[in-house]
Formats: sequence, C-alpha cells, structure tokens
Amino acid sequence: MAENQRILVCAGTGCASSGALPIIDVLNNEIKRQGLEKTVSVVGTGCQGFCEKGPTLVIEPQQILYTRVTEEDVAEIIEQEFIKGERVERLLLVDQATQKPVSSMGDIRFFAKQHRIVLHNCGVIDPKKIEEYTARDGYKGIVKALKGMSPEEVMEEVKKSGLRGRGGAGFPTGLKWGFCRQTPSDKKYIICNADEGDPGAFMDRSVLEGDPHSVIEGMLIGAYAIGADEGYVYCRAEYPLAIKHLGIAIKQAEEAGYLGDNILGSGFNFHLKIFEGAGAFVCGEETALMASIEGKRGMPRVRPPFPAVSGLWGKPTNINNVETWSNIPHILRNGAEWYGQFGTEKSKGTKIFALTGKVNNTGLVEVPMGTTLREIIFDIGDGIQGGKKFKAVQIGGPSGGCLPEDMLDLAVDYDTLTQAGAMVGSGGLVIMDETTCMVDIARYFLNFSKKESCGKCTPCREGTTRMYEILDRITKGEGKEEDLDTLENLAITIKETSLCGLGQFAPSPILATLKYFRHEYEAHIHDHKCPAHNCTALLSYSIDVEKCKMCSLCAKNCPTNCISGDKKTNTPYVIDEEKCIKCGTCIEKCKFGAVTRA
Amino acid sequence: MSTACEELVDPKQIKLDEIIDKHKHSNGPLIPILQGAQEVYGYLPAHVIKHISKATRIPVARIYGVVTFYAQFRLTPVGRNLINICLGTACHVRGGAKVVEAIEKELKITDGATTEDGRFTLEVVACIGACGLAPVISINNEVHGRLSPDKIAGILAKYE
Repeated sequence: MAENQRILVCAGTGCASSGALPIIDVLNNEIKRQGLEKTVSVVGTGCQGFCEKGPTLVIEPQQILYTRVTEEDVAEIIEQEFIKGERVERLLLVDQATQKPVSSMGDIRFFAKQHRIVLHNCGVIDPKKIEEYTARDGYKGIVKALKGMSPEEVMEEVKKSGLRGRGGAGFPTGLKWGFCRQTPSDKKYIICNADEGDPGAFMDRSVLEGDPHSVIEGMLIGAYAIGADEGYVYCRAEYPLAIKHLGIAIKQAEEAGYLGDNILGSGFNFHLKIFEGAGAFVCGEETALMASIEGKRGMPRVRPPFPAVSGLWGKPTNINNVETWSNIPHILRNGAEWYGQFGTEKSKGTKIFALTGKVNNTGLVEVPMGTTLREIIFDIGDGIQGGKKFKAVQIGGPSGGCLPEDMLDLAVDYDTLTQAGAMVGSGGLVIMDETTCMVDIARYFLNFSKKESCGKCTPCREGTTRMYEILDRITKGEGKEEDLDTLENLAITIKETSLCGLGQFAPSPILATLKYFRHEYEAHIHDHKCPAHNCTALLSYSIDVEKCKMCSLCAKNCPTNCISGDKKTNTPYVIDEEKCIKCGTCIEKCKFGAVTRA
Repeated sequence: MSTACEELVDPKQIKLDEIIDKHKHSNGPLIPILQGAQEVYGYLPAHVIKHISKATRIPVARIYGVVTFYAQFRLTPVGRNLINICLGTACHVRGGAKVVEAIEKELKITDGATTEDGRFTLEVVACIGACGLAPVISINNEVHGRLSPDKIAGILAKYE
C-alpha cells in the first residue's frame, strides 16, 4: 500500500481537553495489532484549528479529516483506512449546506477559505521535534540572513513586506525595529510578548504550542537585524503546554547551534529565555511587561522614552508579539514581494482570528487581511448556532468594539476596523446572537477592565469603576435618564487622559455599543425591558392560562415555591412575582410552552 | 543525634533555598523565586516571604507589593483541587455564568473560597484560551469543555 502514511492527531489544548491524548496511545496499539507499524505512523500535533469538532485527526497524504473521534472509533478507522482503503463515513464532517459528508480537507469550507502562513506548520508537524520543523524549510530564513544579508538588508526586507504588529496597535514592524537599531548601546534586548490576556483570543497559545520554532527563528532574525544578543519570551503562566513546548524547542535549537554563541559560525550571538508571567492583563502593555521581567509590579510608565531607547534594565528593547515574530521567517524565506501579495494595500499578509461564541464552527482561522467579516462568520464559521439570528460580532477584546449586521461586509484590516469603532486587536472574534444583551456585554468588559486596571493613573482606576457602576445599574433596571450622557462624557475623558492602552481603550466597548445598539440601552432605561431577555432583573415570567394543562411540573420544580394553582379545584397556576427569582426553571420544565418570559 | 538533626530540617525549606540560590544572582529574580516558592508551599506564607526577603535583600514591603499585584500569587492555602472557572468573553456569551452558579451551588462556596474539607478551591478567571470549547473550566490544569450545569456534579466527583 501507500508509502509512509501518517495520522496527525490534534493534541492542542482544545482537543486534549476533548480527550485526544488517550487516542494517540490507542492508535499506536491498534496499528501494532493490525501489523501496520512499518507503513503508518502517528503524530501528535499542535492545534489544527477546528476546536469545535475535536478531537480531530487527519490521515496523510490523502488529507482526510475525522472529527469528534473517540477511543472506540480507532480500530474501525485503522481497518477502513489502511486495510480496506475506505472511509468511516459517520466520523466525517457533514456539510451544513448539502447535508453530505465531506472527507477531504480541501473541500471543507472551514479550511478552504483560509490561507495559512503563520499556521503553516500548526497541526501538521510534531512541535516537539526540531527535525520536523527543518524538514519544512525551518531555519532557512535565519541561514539566509546570516550567510548573505547584512542586518540593514534584513530590516529593509521586513519594512518592504509591510508587516504590521499583530498584537493590536498595528505599528509597522520594520519601522519599530529601525528605532531600536539606531539607538547606540552596548547591550540590546528583544522580547516576544506572549502574554495573551485578551479573553477570547488563543492564537498565540496555539502558535507556541504547535510551532514554537517559528517564533524562535523570527526572534533570531529580529535580533540579528536589531543587534540584540539576548531575548525573552514573556508567556502567561495559564498556558502550561505552550511553555513546555517552547522550553523543549529552545533546548533543541541550542543543541542544533541555532541559539547560543557564534551561531552557524557567523559570530552572531543570541540567547533566549522564557519568563513566566504571573497573571496581570496590563502586562501586555510593553512598559508594564518590562517592569514585570525586572521583578516589579507590572505597571506601565509614561512614554517617551520609548522602549527602543530605554527599555528593559534601561537598555534599548524591541517588543513584538508571537504572531508577528512567527511571520518573520516566511518573509525572509520567500521575500517581501511574495508576502506583499496577500492582504490589502495598507495591511499586508494574513491575520489569525479566534472564532468563538454563538457560531457553528469555532476555532482558529487564518485569512488574508481584507477578508470580510461575513466570509469569516458565515462561510468559514458556517453561520450562527441553532439557526438563531446574528446580532453582533465583538472584535478586538476589551479594547475593541461590537459591530452590527450591516457592518459585516467590512474588509478586515487595521484602518477599516478602527474607523468603524472597533480594532483588529489580537484577533478575537466573539459572535453574538439575538439572545445576547449588548448592555450586558459592555458591562462584562468594563468589569474586566476595572478588575485589571493597575491603579496607577486616576482616569483608568476610578473611571472604569464609575462606568461599570452605571452599566450595572442599567442592567438592573435602575438606569436614569442622564446615564447615557454621563457614560459618553466619562468614556471620552478616560480615553483621552489614561496613561496606557488599557485605560485608553477600556471605554471602546461602551462607545461602540452606544453607537450601534443605543436602542437597547434606551429599552433598559425607559421601558425597563431587556430586548434580548438576558438581564434577569428586567424579566417577568407569567403563565398563559389557555395553554396551561395544570400538570404542576413548574410548581414542583420552582426553587422558591412561588407558583401556585390546583387542578382539583380548577385554580389556574400563577407566578407570585414578589417571590420569583427569575431563574427560568419553570420555562425549561413546561412541556406545553405555557410559561412566557417578557 | 544525626537523625534528630535531619528531622529538624524542613524539606520544603531545603527546596526553597535551592530555588533562591538558582535565581538569586540573575537579573530580576523575584517573580521566578515567588513562583517556585508557591509551587513548594501551595501558597506564600508570611514566614516564606520573610525568608525570601532575608536571602535576596529585597524588602518585605516590595515583595508584598508584587505578591498582591499578580493574580497568580496567593497568601492563603488552597484546597487539594483548584478549579479555575473561565468567564472569558466566549464563555460568558455561551452561558459560563450558569456553570459558575452550578459549581457554587454544588460546593456551597463562592469565588475565591475553599471548601471546609479542603477538597476544592474555586477561582473565576478571565480566559484560559480554550474558547473553542466554551464554556470551560479547568481543574488542576486539566481542561473540561462544552459544559452545561448538569455535567458539573459528575466532573467534580472525579476529584478527591
């Protein structure tokens, strides 16, 4: 039969928690049992991106995708695929449009519309083996730089590519490197920001877990261009698997001579260390991150001086995030012109998005900049769960905004989204349907910003708390007429006067929801109603006498015994609103749809 | 005599000193030392902070400032099993609050508290990066995804 077939099992954090790890062992045992160990091998890979359908596995070279695989399915898959040459149809993905199973990854819409540059190796190689990385052109970028390019030429190439920082602000990477390079100093540092704190984003975790060498190579190239000889990867402690894989990769790169002194005989030195963050969202901000590495409270400071002039321990320092670094090897290997063909005029290349929330296909997707939100949500994401109606997409985390349906044809790039009142941010896309309350979402984000505010500057420390209090009141039906004006005034003041990005962008969720969903705020304040039926305090439950069969199921299950009625005396069931805690148990238990929520 | 002496030496203290020695001379040693100490003791008792202060010559006040700044560090002991309930955006939108309610009801404790028998400590966190499986919780770093309130009792029963 076919030579060298491989089974790629996704062993990223998502699939591992769906039970992927025991499957790898069972696969290995079963291959031995069926005598196939010479032709079939099993590889535990990083994230394949399709978290919703995990655990997933891919049969190579045919590129067959199996979804929601369990240990019990393993024997059947091996026998069908490798002995009979047939598919196990029930484990294939069913296309929602045609209702037919699709086997080849190229035919699956989730994958077909993606263009994977940064995720090129994720889900394809064993991230714990350097030889699998080098076999797919790994470390060729740094070899090319060291053997035939001056640091200036490397920097020019990155500038020409048009790459912009993937961490949020979108500052041109080559330009940033240039500032640090120009500052004269005996010592310079580079840092990889892997403190991915935005709730709803997990691309940096996946890249570190699934392709750690690409980050190391990107940093090597950057260090060479900038003239740095020491680097740190600042990674969240919440990502144990990423830290483990990166640690293995650093050790292997040292052994292979890619890290250390006199790299590849070029006289260039570079040492790389991991620093485990201790849990503070604000440490995603450059100056706070550096304070944290220095062993201090992670609080931002006023800029200038910028890190490129005075950074870690007072030395010139350049910081980029995981995804930015991971783009660099591809630019060096294939050239700036090749890279420039992807994306829009001002936002080049691809962007990874974490697609989550009320969408059918959750997971990690990489698309060229300029792809529309509609394509991402409805083609790749396959639309809204449970046939519900789309309401909004939250983009850019706590610093971003919510966009409504009529903005779905916006092309995703840095400038378009900023104009619309959102931002690319780190790339979290949380999809919301008609049951999500937009005031509650704004309240949710302000609660987050308020907790994570470091407390150094007053506008952010006090302002986020005041805004949260107002929003909390509104969701409880205690909103006042003047609240919306107060919120807007506060939001603008805080945006203009906060010290760092956390405070400057904390009001964004409010400003965006006020802009696009003002009617929901007004319904809460004026009518004491939550249009999404989400805010508990504004709900009222009642029983429709016409539909009620007096089965007493609601009354029996009510935790506060606030429903009374009697079939024998033909007394209709009613809810005592005074005692009702609005838990919704009655609505779930009623078999006749007689309980209504308004 | 020698056995009696050995018994007096606290094995945790030996480990702590090893950790301090390993990091003491590097740049910015405090956070790695505190992380190591917390791994040994489960939390950061006052006497450990004082000991670190003496060994590194960093004032207790500064150490306390760092400890209280970062979410990872704790000044009180944790239970045998640490539950992190994710309330990131994706989990929030997909009903994470109901999962929190179910766990709080099951264990009769609220965010930040430990059960009386020391079996569980509960912590609500902002995101554990498994958003594709929302809502999720992690117990001792083991992630459980696609949760609903009715699955909680079964999952908790697996942890002693």
